[in-house]
Amino acid sequence: MTNPKSLRLHFWSTFFVGLMVLLAVVIVRRFTMGLGAVSNLSDQMPWGLWIGFDLLCGVSLGAGGFAVTAVVYIFHLDRYRPLARPAVLTAFLGYLIVIGALLVDLGRPWNIWHPLVFWNPHSVMFEVGWCVMLYTTVLFLEFLPLVLERFGYKKQMHFMHSYLTPGLVIAGVLLSTMHQSSLGTLYVIVPQKLHPLWYSPILPILFFISAITLGLAMTNVESFLALRGFGKKLEADLLRGVGRATAVMLMVYLVVRIEELIVRDALHYAFAFDKASWFFLAEIILGGIVPMVLLFMKRVRRNALALSGAQFLVVLGIIFNRMNVAVTAFQLGTGAEYKPHWMEFVVSMGMVAIGVYAFSLAVRYLPVYPEGPLAGAKPKDPFVELTH
Amino acid sequence: MSKYALLFDQSLCIGCGACEQACQSEHDQKPHKPTKLDHESYTWVESLSDGQYARHLCMSCEDPTCVSVCPVAALEKSSFGPVTWDAKKCMGCRYCMMACPFGIPTYEWYSTNPRVRKCDMCVHRVTRDLPTACASVCPTGATNFGEREAMLKEAKRRLAANPERYTGEIYGEKEAGGTSVLMLLSKPAEQSGLPDNVPQQDLPHLTWNVLEKLPQIIPVWGAFLGGMYWLGARKEAVAEAEKKERGGHND
Ligand code: SF4
Ligand code: SF4
Ligand code: SF4
Repeated sequence: MTNPKSLRLHFWSTFFVGLMVLLAVVIVRRFTMGLGAVSNLSDQMPWGLWIGFDLLCGVSLGAGGFAVTAVVYIFHLDRYRPLARPAVLTAFLGYLIVIGALLVDLGRPWNIWHPLVFWNPHSVMFEVGWCVMLYTTVLFLEFLPLVLERFGYKKQMHFMHSYLTPGLVIAGVLLSTMHQSSLGTLYVIVPQKLHPLWYSPILPILFFISAITLGLAMTNVESFLALRGFGKKLEADLLRGVGRATAVMLMVYLVVRIEELIVRDALHYAFAFDKASWFFLAEIILGGIVPMVLLFMKRVRRNALALSGAQFLVVLGIIFNRMNVAVTAFQLGTGAEYKPHWMEFVVSMGMVAIGVYAFSLAVRYLPVYPEGPLAGAKPKDPFVELTH
Repeated sequence: MSKYALLFDQSLCIGCGACEQACQSEHDQKPHKPTKLDHESYTWVESLSDGQYARHLCMSCEDPTCVSVCPVAALEKSSFGPVTWDAKKCMGCRYCMMACPFGIPTYEWYSTNPRVRKCDMCVHRVTRDLPTACASVCPTGATNFGEREAMLKEAKRRLAANPERYTGEIYGEKEAGGTSVLMLLSKPAEQSGLPDNVPQQDLPHLTWNVLEKLPQIIPVWGAFLGGMYWLGARKEAVAEAEKKERGGHND
């Protein structure tokens, strides 16, 4: 009974249950005493961890959904088909969680549907709201075939696959192009409030490219976790291909990012060796250049563990970028004081935990992977599995 | 109705606080001495280190950033000056607060149905042809209310008459593309607790420059994606047909 595996499982389930209880307490507090009672948000810092992590990172993490489906269904790179369903699932869950987090963050969440009726086309947030609503619907429809297949509605599933999927995928790419970039556009209107290392008139382009990079990297990280949790076989050659694509996207992103800083004559801030400069260098070097170089190395791509590690760095690097835009750069630009309250962390972590839990349920009971539902599979030790 | 503005002359302000009190009673808030702008202080007379004063309030921008960013059009700029907030529409995203270049809107952080709070330039008085509450009580002529053109002229007249009293800058004439509050400063903005890095043009055009491109980019992008799909699908169909044919021979 006391073998290390069951202990570990025990630890995680206790952690999960504990987190859910805390989350429930925080949410009750939030809706009975107001935002101030559960957060360190203030008039000077109206957007904090929830917008930075749950909204900006959450949406970017879901970018794999449109990137991989586009590769498979529009560009007909059929061999990547096994990655499409997990990517769609992640994106669908990710967007549901973004909406969940918004319901906590918005001051008047019962009015969340207002952009449907009170229009302001000049507002980026209006556009983001519409796109997120529409795209979540698209993701739901892309996710539906899994459910249809599971319950034996073969005819309906084939109908969806052959007639709806191409249209849905194209709609998904268009909607994603708009709102992934628009999350960057949100900040274009505050040139004087963001530190110049992060403000850029081309933030929309930077956000779009980095979202695709992040989405690709996430497909690898997920496969790794699925291996760890369910002993699913890793599609090593596919992930190598994804690794190459990530390296190229990351390179494009870094070139655009640095070039733009040079054009704006802002690169010297990177070498001031103050807080801004250290955060920037960490983001660009540890979360950008290092994983890019690693991913370009054949030796790294051949070793599934090293490959997944490099991809994980990419994910961390871009998450760090979003947090820097939303929190660090805004604080440096305005002098606002802010450290997220622990209850803010509870909400953000709770949302991630719910996502991971929902993902594992889906993987267990729905045909997410070509092997079919993984309910019976045993978890493997990836560190043994991958290094031989 | 013509376009109105407030003119604040820093050199004349004695820090009596009459404007703060009038503002609070006009908006049914409990009387208090503000120490900053917050959800029950729409205006704040800040006492500066050298015995001078600075007044803070919503600048009622001509092309307000807050109005442009609000996803549900809860904020509105009226043709005659005030920028107002509609409780029925707001969903509490706080983008207005994040984006305002003057850091004006405040929030009811401890309310379960929170409101965005800020000076509304006494819109209910102005529509009845009354000056704002603050301007109507100011004993020294530091706060004045009138048509924007007239206020600007008055500011320039005061500036020309006593150039040594002022910095020479009319804060709000150009800031954020011009505002309906003009401040004739006797101390630089920075030292008066006002942001001195506000761009000299309106800010909404920055996002509009991006958004207005979408209707051009998206159809092209869509056509490209559709085209790629069709090309690939054709290739697959041809390959399939060939395979069938070959299969037929083998039989
Ligand atoms: S000062 Fe700020 S709140 Fe007031 S109108 Fe201008 S942008 Fe809006
Ligand atoms: S908080 Fe309310 S008024 Fe401000 S931008 Fe959001 S919806 Fe509009
Ligand atoms: S009422 Fe006039 S003099 Fe008194 S604090 Fe206000 S602006 Fe200054």
